[in-house]
Amino acid sequence: MSAPPLRLSYREACRQAIRDALRADARSFVLGEDVGKYGGCYGVTKGLLEEFGAERIVDAPLAENGFTGLAIGAALAGLRPLLEVMTCNFSLLALDQIMNNAATLPHMSGGQFAVPLVVRMATGGGRQLAAQHSHSLEGWYAHIPGLKVAVPATVEDARFMLAAALADPNPVLIFEHVVLYNAEGQLDPDVSAVDLEHAKLRRPGRDATLVTYGNSLPKCLAAAELLARDGIDAEVIDLRMLRPLDMPAIVESVKRTRRVVIVDEGWKSGSISAEIAARLAEDSLYELDAPIKRVCSREVPVPYAAHMEEAALPSVAGIAEAVRSIVPQRG
Amino acid sequence: MTPKLRLDRARLHQRWRQMLRIRRFEAMCVELYQAQKIRGFLHLYDGEEAVAVGVAAALAPGRDAAVATYREHGQALAWGVPMDVLMAEMLGKREGCCRGRGGSMHLFSRAHRFYGGNAIVGGGLPLAAGIALADKKLRPGCITACFFGEGAVGEGVFHETMNLAALWQLPLLFVCENNLYAMGVPLADSEVETDIWRKAQAYRMTAEQVDGMDPIEVEAAARRAAEHLRGGTGPYFIEARTYRFRAHSMFDTQAYRTRGEVEDWRRLDPIERLRAWMAANHQLSEAEAAAIEAEVAAEIDAAVAFAEAGTLEPLDELERFVLMDRVVQEDEA
Repeated sequence: MSAPPLRLSYREACRQAIRDALRADARSFVLGEDVGKYGGCYGVTKGLLEEFGAERIVDAPLAENGFTGLAIGAALAGLRPLLEVMTCNFSLLALDQIMNNAATLPHMSGGQFAVPLVVRMATGGGRQLAAQHSHSLEGWYAHIPGLKVAVPATVEDARFMLAAALADPNPVLIFEHVVLYNAEGQLDPDVSAVDLEHAKLRRPGRDATLVTYGNSLPKCLAAAELLARDGIDAEVIDLRMLRPLDMPAIVESVKRTRRVVIVDEGWKSGSISAEIAARLAEDSLYELDAPIKRVCSREVPVPYAAHMEEAALPSVAGIAEAVRSIVPQRG
Repeated sequence: MTPKLRLDRARLHQRWRQMLRIRRFEAMCVELYQAQKIRGFLHLYDGEEAVAVGVAAALAPGRDAAVATYREHGQALAWGVPMDVLMAEMLGKREGCCRGRGGSMHLFSRAHRFYGGNAIVGGGLPLAAGIALADKKLRPGCITACFFGEGAVGEGVFHETMNLAALWQLPLLFVCENNLYAMGVPLADSEVETDIWRKAQAYRMTAEQVDGMDPIEVEAAARRAAEHLRGGTGPYFIEARTYRFRAHSMFDTQAYRTRGEVEDWRRLDPIERLRAWMAANHQLSEAEAAAIEAEVAAEIDAAVAFAEAGTLEPLDELERFVLMDRVVQEDEA
């Protein structure tokens, strides 16, 4: 008989994953702003300094480009840095190092060097932090060859994606949604590892496919429940990874449902939702019985006031409405 | 040139030969550029050879690591990367050190701990700090030499890296190759403090300025640095005052400086000066000089032949190494 499933928060899952990584690999260490004494801006690393000491939990000066480049160099030369960038909005200060070095050196050196680096960062809106702390930039990073982009939406993925990222010889960026940190979930006692490759079916359905990730996953699941009351059976696919993108999983679902709505907290223009829509249009157009629909953030810097912020981000009602618009009404 | 550092005849010859290898290698690159066999940007180190050669002579290339810039042919050669794979890379061949993916500005050699050219100004600085951090934990006693131009000190990441290296006492040797111009902008037009080494004082770092046109002076400074660095008491900063005799790249008309200025600096040519000093002090005979010249010429001929005979990377390999399937260890063949 297996042990009872464990209930924990997404934040605790992230912390337990870091703890496991530090125990599993003596070359690993956490580096970032306020990861030590403060316990992490979102509390993820709380208690780890006391447990692992200042050699393994390293507070960095406020120098995103500098300490990110340092982490890349450390990875090149044999260490396994677990970098925390406070929010993806700040990661723009480190974009030079992430793109021009981490993503580029393995190929540019003809395969002489790998960059086994893990970068965790908070992403997304919904906590009234306004425009410089609320954007969803994971789609931008998914543009870049040489990176892997992970978007854990469940406690299970928060718990186990880090170990897979640490074992990966490539730079892996993990985007943790700020709204999810307090979410609770059950761990399946039979699951002790996850991959960085496959999307996952989170709710089976026959009438339309909702393709999503991150904090839009709970919204899509809620929308599916609403739609079920009206007799519309929506399938929900959690991408889990934005790069590589598991198109076969999306196509497999769309072949059955013949309708698709892509839900992405990024802006619609030039987004990962645009990429998925384009690939479906290129390769799977004849599998579709209705136009591809997208629900994304409004094209504004995410505002502070609660009513405006809520209006700017994808909503459960908006997702349900998008599905209804392409599913024929049943008499 | 009156070296305070006393080097024996063989060592003096080695320093001269290394500078000559760099100078002649690059002269051949210009020929091949004009023949359109080398394309893209080509930044010559012509005039600055004493810096890479002096630093490499004081360290243990291959055990000690190096990070350089897009003007890095000289550092790659000084660090021991064979000339033939460098020339093959210049020609974009599969046999090149980066299988034709890097070219002139991005030369890498894992076997020599040469962590690349880097064509983003300042981009190599934090990488070098990270390598030094890894060495501090995994390979105590090893040093990372980080070469950069004076233009890089305008970048924020220069200051970020200086602080990180000093804060965490990293075994990192900052080598500022101050050739007085960032492309065409004179130092005084872009920096308030033109004595670059003084910037290190703000980070409580040991720093000095040396004559970058004199390989023996550079080597003496780098030996002081190495002793300090292997003692584990944090980074060291060398500002080498130097000059590039030729244009910034092959597309530069040099409107920003006078011919007279270039001629004045050419009188300080490190290769000619060392040769003259050795001759005057009976350390290099005409016959020895001719023999070294001939050996270098033969090495270059062989490198060109190797590169010309090289093959093109098959296009089905284009996406190979975008993602790695494993981490290659530094000591792997």
